[in-house]
Amino acid sequence: MAQGRVFKYGDNVDTDVIIPARYLNAPSPEDLAKHCMEDIDIDFVKNVQAGDIMVGGANFGCGSSREHAPIAIRASGISCVIAASFARIFYRNAINIGFPILECPEAAEKINAGDKVSVDFSTGVITDETTGETFRAAAFPAFINGIIDAGGLLPYIKAKQEANK
Amino acid sequence: MGMTMTQKILAAHAGLPSVKAGDLIEARLDLVLGNDVTTPVAVKVFDDAGFTKVFDKDRIAIVLDHYTPCKDIKSAQLCATARDFAKRFDITHLYDVGCVGIEHALLPEKGLVGPGDCIIGADSHTCTYGALGAFSTGVGSTDMAAGMAAGENWFKVPSAIKVNLVGKLQKYVSGKDVILHLIGLIGVDGALYKSIEFAGEGVAELSMDDRFTIANMAIEAGGKNGIFPVDEKTMEYVKDRFQRPVVVYEADEDAEYEQEVTIDLSELKPTVSLPHLPSNTKTIDEVKGMHIDQCVIGSCTNGRISDLRAAAAIFKGRTVAAGVRCIVIPATQDVYLQAMKEGLLETFITAGCAVSTPTCGPCLGGHMGVMSEGERAVATTNRNFVGRMGHTKSEVILASPAIAAASAVKGCMASPEDLEG
Repeated sequence: MAQGRVFKYGDNVDTDVIIPARYLNAPSPEDLAKHCMEDIDIDFVKNVQAGDIMVGGANFGCGSSREHAPIAIRASGISCVIAASFARIFYRNAINIGFPILECPEAAEKINAGDKVSVDFSTGVITDETTGETFRAAAFPAFINGIIDAGGLLPYIKAKQEANK
Repeated sequence: MGMTMTQKILAAHAGLPSVKAGDLIEARLDLVLGNDVTTPVAVKVFDDAGFTKVFDKDRIAIVLDHYTPCKDIKSAQLCATARDFAKRFDITHLYDVGCVGIEHALLPEKGLVGPGDCIIGADSHTCTYGALGAFSTGVGSTDMAAGMAAGENWFKVPSAIKVNLVGKLQKYVSGKDVILHLIGLIGVDGALYKSIEFAGEGVAELSMDDRFTIANMAIEAGGKNGIFPVDEKTMEYVKDRFQRPVVVYEADEDAEYEQEVTIDLSELKPTVSLPHLPSNTKTIDEVKGMHIDQCVIGSCTNGRISDLRAAAAIFKGRTVAAGVRCIVIPATQDVYLQAMKEGLLETFITAGCAVSTPTCGPCLGGHMGVMSEGERAVATTNRNFVGRMGHTKSEVILASPAIAAASAVKGCMASPEDLEG
């Protein structure tokens, strides 16, 4: 379950603006988070609070494969990202590190910046508490839920290797 | 129902008789790649998860190319982390300053990737090796760590877009123009989650360097991979390089494609992408005269020997316009050496270009050509996002080496024909 205020962005939010390359040599997630989104929203870092939710349009997270992008978003306090669609590497990266993302074009269109939104991860139901509207995100396939339930890709592989011993 | 080329490679590496679009599979990997930006993150998750060995020390490539030679202390720390990991596991293919090249030009050149392979790399432009008839895709650092630990990873089998190439490229039109045109046609998410499969008699007209450039930018259309059929040119390229047996996969005749696009190469004009998306394409005729402050010729997209030859042919007997800075970066040491032997470096330096050791540097606004507020570059690189090459109010126009060089000479966006006569 997540609940927070919404920071909303448009289509094709690329990983270069999520975390610019000039900060990719930062040593920790917290250091990356200090610069999250600054090239398109200089006030994001100042205003974001733990639990807040990011909403994007189509092709969210396109461009560079840098895993620093979902790491920076998570470290900034954002609890999950809802988008109309995700670029595939960002999608993999989020699942692999166990960071919740939800694909829901309707929610991405109708939720407004600043709305208070809650998300039930077990059902995929997204509730815009400001407008009263509810949406349902596409469920993950069982295989991907297996990775998420294991705590991410590495614990999943570790468990698999142990089982095969 | 038949399979696409990509689906056949994935099925073979998953040990399955067949796969279809949407299937989630676990496939064996022939090579796992990382660079100085992504490897340190992979090392941390690898260690945190408690892994103590890698699946195969000969099947991992660590290429320190992004911020090298190290631009600052933080970058030096990243390289040290990657170097230590390579030493700890006796990784065969560590490429460091002095032998390093830009990863996606280097790996094919060194014969570490070849036809029929299944490859992941923690760099989005890993899709480049599709030019050789491999399935090759960019992933993140956790995927890289998983690949290094297990020698396999999970994939969602992609559906495909078929791009039929017909005709022959005209003078001053190159692979870069083909891929920019295609991205303009289908958009930056036109191939999202899909493979882009190139086919048709036009493929034979494209050099390997053109194919590398085209496959390299499949990701800029959102593609999972871009892939070319294997032909005589491919076999000639891998002949004295690729160490493992070549496995040639062909798409079935009844393979299913979600979309088919035909591009007549003979009709293409030099094409550029204006800020701030690769899909924002125009022909050179539509943008002539736009002011530029900088020109960058290089990158994993266009830093190969034929790219440098195309640029040098323009610079021969000419000079970079006053007020323009032109930076030329050979993609690998072999390319650098070959350019020296052919006299291309002399041409560049005489024309007033800065020539550098191989590095990704300016492409990602890392170093070696970062721009200030209000500046604009024409670059043979692959991305023109906000702030990509420096200040958030700087701009990048993507173009081929011939267009970039002609623009550097003219001092504004121009075609080679504008310099003739």
